Amino acid sequence: MSCLVIAELENGTPNRPSLATISASLELESTIDLLVFNPDKIDEIKKIKNVKKIYSFKNKIDNLLAEDLVNCLKQIAANYKYIIAPSGTFSKNFIPRLAANLDLQPITDIIKIHDKNTFDRPIYAGNAIATVRSHDKTIMLTVRGTAFQPFAQDGGSAEVELLPDLLEGNHSKFINKEITKSERPELSSAKIIVSGGRGVGSKDNFKIIEELADKLNAAIGASRAAVDAGYISNDYQVGQTGKVVAPELYIAVGISGAIQHLAGMKDSKVIVAINKDEDAPIFQVADYGLVGDLFTTIPEITKEI
Amino acid sequence: MKALVAVKRVIDYNVKIRVKQDNSGVEKENVKMSMNPFDEIAVEEAIRLKEKNLIDEIVVVSIGSDNVQETIRSALAMGADRGILVKTENELEPLAVAKILKYFVEKEESDITILGKQAIDDDYNQTGQILAGLLNYPQATFASKVIKEDNAMLVTREIDGGLETLKINLPCIITTDLRLNEPRYASLPNIMKAKSKPIDIIELKELNLEITNRLEILEVKAPPERGGSVKMLDNYNELIDVLKNKEGIL
Ligand SMILES: Cc1cc2nc3c(=O)[nH]c(=O)nc-3n(C[C@H](O)[C@H](O)[C@H](O)COP(=O)(O)OP(=O)(O)OC[C@H]3O[C@@H](n4cnc5c(N)ncnc54)[C@H](O)[C@@H]3O)c2cc1C
Repeated sequence: MSCLVIAELENGTPNRPSLATISASLELESTIDLLVFNPDKIDEIKKIKNVKKIYSFKNKIDNLLAEDLVNCLKQIAANYKYIIAPSGTFSKNFIPRLAANLDLQPITDIIKIHDKNTFDRPIYAGNAIATVRSHDKTIMLTVRGTAFQPFAQDGGSAEVELLPDLLEGNHSKFINKEITKSERPELSSAKIIVSGGRGVGSKDNFKIIEELADKLNAAIGASRAAVDAGYISNDYQVGQTGKVVAPELYIAVGISGAIQHLAGMKDSKVIVAINKDEDAPIFQVADYGLVGDLFTTIPEITKEI
Repeated sequence: MKALVAVKRVIDYNVKIRVKQDNSGVEKENVKMSMNPFDEIAVEEAIRLKEKNLIDEIVVVSIGSDNVQETIRSALAMGADRGILVKTENELEPLAVAKILKYFVEKEESDITILGKQAIDDDYNQTGQILAGLLNYPQATFASKVIKEDNAMLVTREIDGGLETLKINLPCIITTDLRLNEPRYASLPNIMKAKSKPIDIIELKELNLEITNRLEILEVKAPPERGGSVKMLDNYNELIDVLKNKEGIL
């Protein structure tokens, strides 16, 4: 019995949330198997310590559909005690579908491992933490990347098994994708995040946030209100229903601090809030607060550092 | 063409959650309950499809105790046609909920089944995908745009990194993201009208489904507080100074 980790890659190797997922998995089993969708850098991935086997495909697979992926995975997955993936929109799309095929009840978004079948996960936008025990024969989990350290040991020499190409079903078809291109660091791996809210006021004004972010080599984040208003695209949303981040420094600019937003950032190491309303709830979770108009304050900070 | 929409009654998103003293769960006594916000978006989307004459009937299904009828009524007041309440006092997990919904998708021969992408109480984000897996139907999750095209749906989804558009054949499962639409408020005349729309009430055990929870909640705790309290600074120079010299970040 062992553990299959379905990893997501960034530039060909497991991204930060996937490395954190590997750490979590190694708390459960002493070795793991990995599945990756791009074989290009498999020789590098092979070196990750305690990985016994890597499944991949002959060619890189883009635009995976949950239907096709699950049809392929359900064969392999049945042999494992654990099936684990990093939390995120990719795994949320297929893990439950796979679970349906195997008659399993996944535990999504775990933040702590108590024992082989007991885990903590946040509920109610992180306003409560549930300790949950699974009685399933195979335990399916998704792991919050912010809750575990990224695994960084090498010295492994995994064997590689290439799987046959995914069969495309004929009931779902990929049409197109609009991916936001950015030179900035990824939200999920950035050390610093500068996040803008409704207070920023317009898409044009969002430049103020971008300039500060660039000066700090930071990623950009946003509240739902900023995304809904079209200041920036959806994949920058931080919160209960967006991304969950925990950088060393999170600077919240013109964000009031609704619980749904806090759910995505309150585990950041240092939180700075800049808001013109001194009663804004964001100050209740911040380490440092500055009451002021962002339109004067932010350019000043950008200039000064 | 028929649409089936699943709705859940949850603690209203504006309520500050309190964990029970005995750590058995969260306080639900005398707390405002509402329809899960993502499910409201699902109901709204079904109504918009009906207003475009793309579907003829909207059936709303919910699972829970008697007071869940209120939630079904509010969907009927928005514009759904009839409701089904599956009665149980147990809190069910996504797999169990999906098994019940599968029964009704098949019984009602639903062409388009719409669910919220996640419930804001347990935050699982699973039920729609499990349902699609159980039925072996195509799925489009986290939808921010839904268009009907011939006998298929063109759905734009919110994914890591941006947006993706899929074309899925009917019958299908769609789960809603926040930006799909803005749900309407029910008008007073529609609230009155909803009172006479039918709600079928069925005991869960009458369905004879094989349903057992797989998970056991051992404890529910309050999250750890962030240490210390906020230090308010007077100006941006002080901010740069603490970040550089005290926190060593910049
Ligand atoms: C089901 C559900 C899920 C949700 N999920 C999320 C989520 O994942 N992420 C999320 O962020 N939200 C989410 N929300 C929305 C959330 O409830 C809030 O509505 C949202 O976070 C508010 O965004 P905001 O703070 O930018 O806007 P507001 O609350 O409008 O705050 C704007 C702030 O800007 C300040 N401001 C204005 N002008 C200036 C200025 N010139 N200088 C300085 N400060 C200024 C104001 O004082 C105010 O505090 C969700 C809501 C629901 C119902």
